[in-house]
Amino acid sequence: MTSFRTLQPANSLTEKVVRFTFDGQRLEGLEGDTIASALLASDVSIVGRSFKYHRPRGLWGVGVEEPNAFVDVSGTRSLVNARATTEMLVDGMDVRSVNASPSAARDRHSFVDRFARFIPSAFYYKTFMWPNWHLFEPHIRKMAGLGVIDPIATYPQPADQINETCDLLVVGGGPAGLLSALIAARSGRSVVLCDDGLELGGSLLHHRAMIDGVDGFEWVRRCRQELHTLGAKVLTRTTAFGIYDHNLVGLNERRPVGADRLWRVRPSAVFLATGAIERPLPFANNDLPGIMSAEAGLAYLRRFGAAAGKRIVVATNNSMTKEVAEAFAPIADVREVDYRRGVRIVGAHGGSRVDAVELSNGSVIQADAVLVSGGFTPTIHLFCQARGKLKWDDKLLVFRAGEDVPNVSIIGAADANFGLGEVFESAGNALRKIGCEAPAMPRLEGHSSSFEIVETWPKPKMEGRVWIDLQHDVTTKDIELAARENFVSVEHLKRYTTLGMATDQGKTSNLAGLALMAELTGRTVPEVGTTTYRPPFTPVPFGSFAGARGGVLLNPPRRLVLENLHRDDGAHLREYGGWLRPAWYGDEAEERAVQREAMQARKSVALFDGSPLGKIEVMGPQAAEFMDFIYYNTMSTLKPGRCRYGFILRESGIVYDDGVLVRLEENRFIVSCSSSHVPGVYAMLEEWRQDRFDRRRLYIHNATAQTATLTVSGPRSKVLLDAVGLGISFDDASLPHMATGWGSFDGTQVRVTRVSFTGDRSYELSIRADRAEALWSRLKHIGQSHNAVLMGLEALMTLRAEKGFIVTGKDSDGMTLPMDLGSSAPLSKKKVDYLGKRSLFTEEAQRPDRTQLVGLEVIDGGGRFPTGAHGVLKTGSGKRSLGYVTSSYHSPTLGRPIALGLIERGAARHGEVIDVQHLGEMRQARIAPPCAFDPEGERLNA
Amino acid sequence: MQLFPCPFCGPRSEAEFHFGGDAGNVRPDEDEVSADRWSSYLYMRHNQKGMSPSIWMHMTCGELFQLDRDTLTHSVAGSKALTEGGHR
Amino acid sequence: MTRHYSALSVFKEGLNSQKGWQKAWRSPEPKKRYDVIVVGGGGHGLATAYYLAKNHGIRNVAVIERGWIGGGNTGRNTTVVRSNYFFPQSVALYDLSLKLFEKLSSELNYNIMLSQRGMLSLAHSMPEMEMAARSANAMQINGVDAELLSRDQVRELLPLYNFSKESRYPVHGAVIQRRAGTARHDAVAWGYARAADRFGVDIIQNCEVQDFIQNGGICCGVRTTKGEILADRVGVAVAGHSSQMAERAGFRLPVVSYALQACVSEPVKPALDTVVLSPATGTYVSQSDKGEMVVGGGLDRIPSYSQRGNLPVLETAIAGLLEMFPSFRQLKLMRQWSGIVDVVPDSSPILDETPLPGLFINCGWGTGGFKAIPAGGTLLAHLLATGRHHDISRPFGLDRFSSGRLIDEAAGSGITH
Repeated sequence: MTSFRTLQPANSLTEKVVRFTFDGQRLEGLEGDTIASALLASDVSIVGRSFKYHRPRGLWGVGVEEPNAFVDVSGTRSLVNARATTEMLVDGMDVRSVNASPSAARDRHSFVDRFARFIPSAFYYKTFMWPNWHLFEPHIRKMAGLGVIDPIATYPQPADQINETCDLLVVGGGPAGLLSALIAARSGRSVVLCDDGLELGGSLLHHRAMIDGVDGFEWVRRCRQELHTLGAKVLTRTTAFGIYDHNLVGLNERRPVGADRLWRVRPSAVFLATGAIERPLPFANNDLPGIMSAEAGLAYLRRFGAAAGKRIVVATNNSMTKEVAEAFAPIADVREVDYRRGVRIVGAHGGSRVDAVELSNGSVIQADAVLVSGGFTPTIHLFCQARGKLKWDDKLLVFRAGEDVPNVSIIGAADANFGLGEVFESAGNALRKIGCEAPAMPRLEGHSSSFEIVETWPKPKMEGRVWIDLQHDVTTKDIELAARENFVSVEHLKRYTTLGMATDQGKTSNLAGLALMAELTGRTVPEVGTTTYRPPFTPVPFGSFAGARGGVLLNPPRRLVLENLHRDDGAHLREYGGWLRPAWYGDEAEERAVQREAMQARKSVALFDGSPLGKIEVMGPQAAEFMDFIYYNTMSTLKPGRCRYGFILRESGIVYDDGVLVRLEENRFIVSCSSSHVPGVYAMLEEWRQDRFDRRRLYIHNATAQTATLTVSGPRSKVLLDAVGLGISFDDASLPHMATGWGSFDGTQVRVTRVSFTGDRSYELSIRADRAEALWSRLKHIGQSHNAVLMGLEALMTLRAEKGFIVTGKDSDGMTLPMDLGSSAPLSKKKVDYLGKRSLFTEEAQRPDRTQLVGLEVIDGGGRFPTGAHGVLKTGSGKRSLGYVTSSYHSPTLGRPIALGLIERGAARHGEVIDVQHLGEMRQARIAPPCAFDPEGERLNA
Repeated sequence: MQLFPCPFCGPRSEAEFHFGGDAGNVRPDEDEVSADRWSSYLYMRHNQKGMSPSIWMHMTCGELFQLDRDTLTHSVAGSKALTEGGHR
Repeated sequence: MTRHYSALSVFKEGLNSQKGWQKAWRSPEPKKRYDVIVVGGGGHGLATAYYLAKNHGIRNVAVIERGWIGGGNTGRNTTVVRSNYFFPQSVALYDLSLKLFEKLSSELNYNIMLSQRGMLSLAHSMPEMEMAARSANAMQINGVDAELLSRDQVRELLPLYNFSKESRYPVHGAVIQRRAGTARHDAVAWGYARAADRFGVDIIQNCEVQDFIQNGGICCGVRTTKGEILADRVGVAVAGHSSQMAERAGFRLPVVSYALQACVSEPVKPALDTVVLSPATGTYVSQSDKGEMVVGGGLDRIPSYSQRGNLPVLETAIAGLLEMFPSFRQLKLMRQWSGIVDVVPDSSPILDETPLPGLFINCGWGTGGFKAIPAGGTLLAHLLATGRHHDISRPFGLDRFSSGRLIDEAAGSGITH
């Protein structure tokens, strides 16, 4: 037995026993334990294997800095790559070490370490090329990776995402953070205090202090109590992982039950009281289990009653470890190695655990644990993310915060204050900066604040294997190799050796690596510089970022006001242009249902819910002039009460939308754009209104969502509507094709517009959305005696394709000009300027071999062409595409397949036969006019 | 998440805004526009690194305005409505 | 000294404590003049220098890099390589690139870890299947490998995908390009740098180009933080900052700079074998050899030169990812970053001599520059060496913006804009 649970009181524990397994072994811990403290108390020395060489590794740290102890957890909830030092132990947990099999203690890949000399940093760039990387890669992939994803694990979902604003966000609940939060809260400021530990207190949880006459632990308790009373928001187990634009701080809260929670906090000021992280000391085999951060050793002892060993060496290059040696003296044999006195460790001995250290003076000390301190690195990640610049402190041997960043202060050990007096003072200074006058400083007793440290960076040519990055297995030799090969820029060093790129992101290793590179290249540490600090500070669950956005809440589709009625009628709903709409109705297979609906629409009458159709009103004395500018077609000549079909172009000349413009009155138009383009067209109209027109004489209102549009189409549509009776005459004389008028339904205005997307006599009835249900029910009711059919979008698509009517974005693409769709009159006739006009006269627009809209006839007796098939032309060297099929259906009306396509020079090639290719199969098609049915348009008035 | 000050609605989340291009990229209105002049208007951009005036639409209120923002630091100097001397 | 990389040399150096390896490239001081200067030490710039030497015998070449080589978008992308494009011109360009990638490791004697795991572009509805067919047919006609996969075939390749009824984006099928995949991004930059250096190319890092030296309206060198350097011709390949270079040379480009974000998860054992793109969520993902899930999403919609991550776009990309792969909810985000990309109206690159004679540019790759590095280098080298377009680069000249002859790949994929 080496590490063990002491019988001394522990700050964080209760006496309740918690059972768990580690690599299959049944173990016990106490309530309040982390997985790591329970493992230490249970004398588990090997907690994991390193990423590359599968070296045995023990606990190094006690918090987020831990590079070794990563575990997968099941049995309670499923966690992958959980950090044992920050994960609370829960009864029933099955804990497995990652990257080791069958167990961390007996890993079958431990042999890899014997070949380490042949696989140093970046060796893979130099080999595995012959005969082919693909031969080696699968094996390497299997070896890589840490934890294992459980493919069928279930999750508490969704994760909460909370937006918060406050006067002051304090990151870190150690002495500096607590004091700041308290004083700011006392001054009436709204305060959020977060700490990534399981409880508040930071270093006061394991260091002795007397503050305001009470011990540190009690002082923390009182602070917590008062913060609660003052209404400050205190979040423990909560990591501030990133500072983003305009001082948005992202926090991730780990909760004992349920998914983690994302906080987006926008504070007026941020205090970073994020503390400092202890560094290792460089000596041979400094990665052996049992070699631990001195701070961690003290924390495990005082907080969890877990002692790292019985024969302990405390090795240090600074003055902070005095308390560590004192704390262990009553329960263990303690020897100190103080680098400040000129003696240092040159190497550790041991196999699966350290058993001795060898000193520079030649002596050997037997030991079962080595608690080391190579100094402290301030945690300045968030400061750097906030665009703060660092400066090098030659005395304290740290990078520390340089010039202030607006609204961000860095305090306590995070600003390289290592004595409690200085810590409180730095908090006071920051408080004064945000206007908290003369904060009362806590009274300290018996606390010396002087911090001394001597330089102990790793040196070139050190004997043995001196580890820098424990998780990624980077040694001093790897850094020497990088220097030798000229990977001397700090970013090259990182990428070439993978130093600091493991899941701990180099919290304990980066500075030592930089210092060695500086030495190797004759530069100073600040000349080498640091890599960029990127979020997140510690890994954050993907679920926190996704929040509620999953399933139907991810990009939610828009819903029709009549959706429930359609469902009652057996509608199959599909998403079209962002709207959930009936594709077809009834129990039949899709193909049959669509054919039936289309057929019946041609024979009698169809009812169709066209509510998403754009209804953007344009009003005012400049409206006509404006419409002329917006549309490719001339619109100012349209008479009130009439409609006209037209195109809206981009400035590039590309057809953006097509549709009918209704002129209700002299100064009032309605733009009926495609349903999927409503937001885009509306924004476009606003843009040009504000840019070129007088906003007092032109007004735009998007009434799409407030207005439902119900379409009645087919030879019997007029009869049906006459029976409904809307107080308007449906005679051809008073309401001819492309005319509009007002009727009323039970006292509600109905706009009746006679336009047709089917080629048959059709009426669009637009009514307030909240009255649509009653009107639709009436249409259905009366429709029963007229053999009316409910028609979904698929049948409508078939009918419009028979007529050669296009759907923009389907039958046109992002290169289609209006001429390609057969509309060229405005080009010569329309004199006033309009959107995209100049682009229609470019070299490209005038090119004779453009793709143009055509019909494509099946001539081989086969079925319909697949949409997406290409017309092809055989050329000398192979073949090339002539364009493609954009729409293709079986026409029930014609009893044959029909298709539309964009084909090169198609307009001039009606009657020609071309090859059509789909997934390697060749067929032939005859080019035809787009309109396959009723080319004279007689059915509009039938 | 950046906050942009809509001159009409105050500071709002970046997600509510749509970028409309360089301020001052005026549509050529003369009768004969050369191909180069037209393509310059359509495509060529200053794309400044640093403080630059640009046109935005606040999609939730539909108003265009000029925003002076730094494309490198993302700091915002201010915004003004087009009716108040902001220019397109 | 060990120059050549091989299993044998790695073994020998293992016995020799790695002491015999040479510098991957030198760090020379700039000479007074070169035949050609390439501004930008990213993948495209380094490849340009390499092909100038290799294809054209021009070895008196300097690559001038403001920071460290490979530090821009070359080191910030999601490492995808593919040539699944719609138009013949694009296919010619990107497939040249993929073909060069396929032999690059042995050519450069540097393992760039080209991993042709295949790339799936998912289709979530019947209309998307039709668009997928349009793309697959275009690729086949243009001579690039493409297959249309059914839902069941996709399921075999993506066992962890969300095939449940509740899925927001069910799979109807997919287009797969099996030759597509990933390559190790840093290795591509370093491999080209090492090979170019062997030819005598000077790679000059930490040297910023402040201005172009002009003589009689012709570009004849650069002014840098290390002094003036003259050259017969100057090439620029500085993705993300092309407009700055253009401004210094006195012209404008049809380019806006946007941030493109990416992130990686913590490494896990193999769980995803191909590159997957969902057009509906805009999210794409692959698993690196190290085990990290490499995730990308759409562009930030706000012009930016800030290489920082942002929350809204990241949240969207990850929400999409978890809808696709629910079990990835167990993963954690380990690093997030962004690169600054040149966005051109037709999503196609620009390769041409600029309005300043003697100055040539390679820019405008949008979100897809990494996959084009070998081709971008080959074609810019051809322009610099001969002063004329290679057949493959000719359609990508600047003149297409006034003629209107854009090569709009987004349009080809059915996006009207």
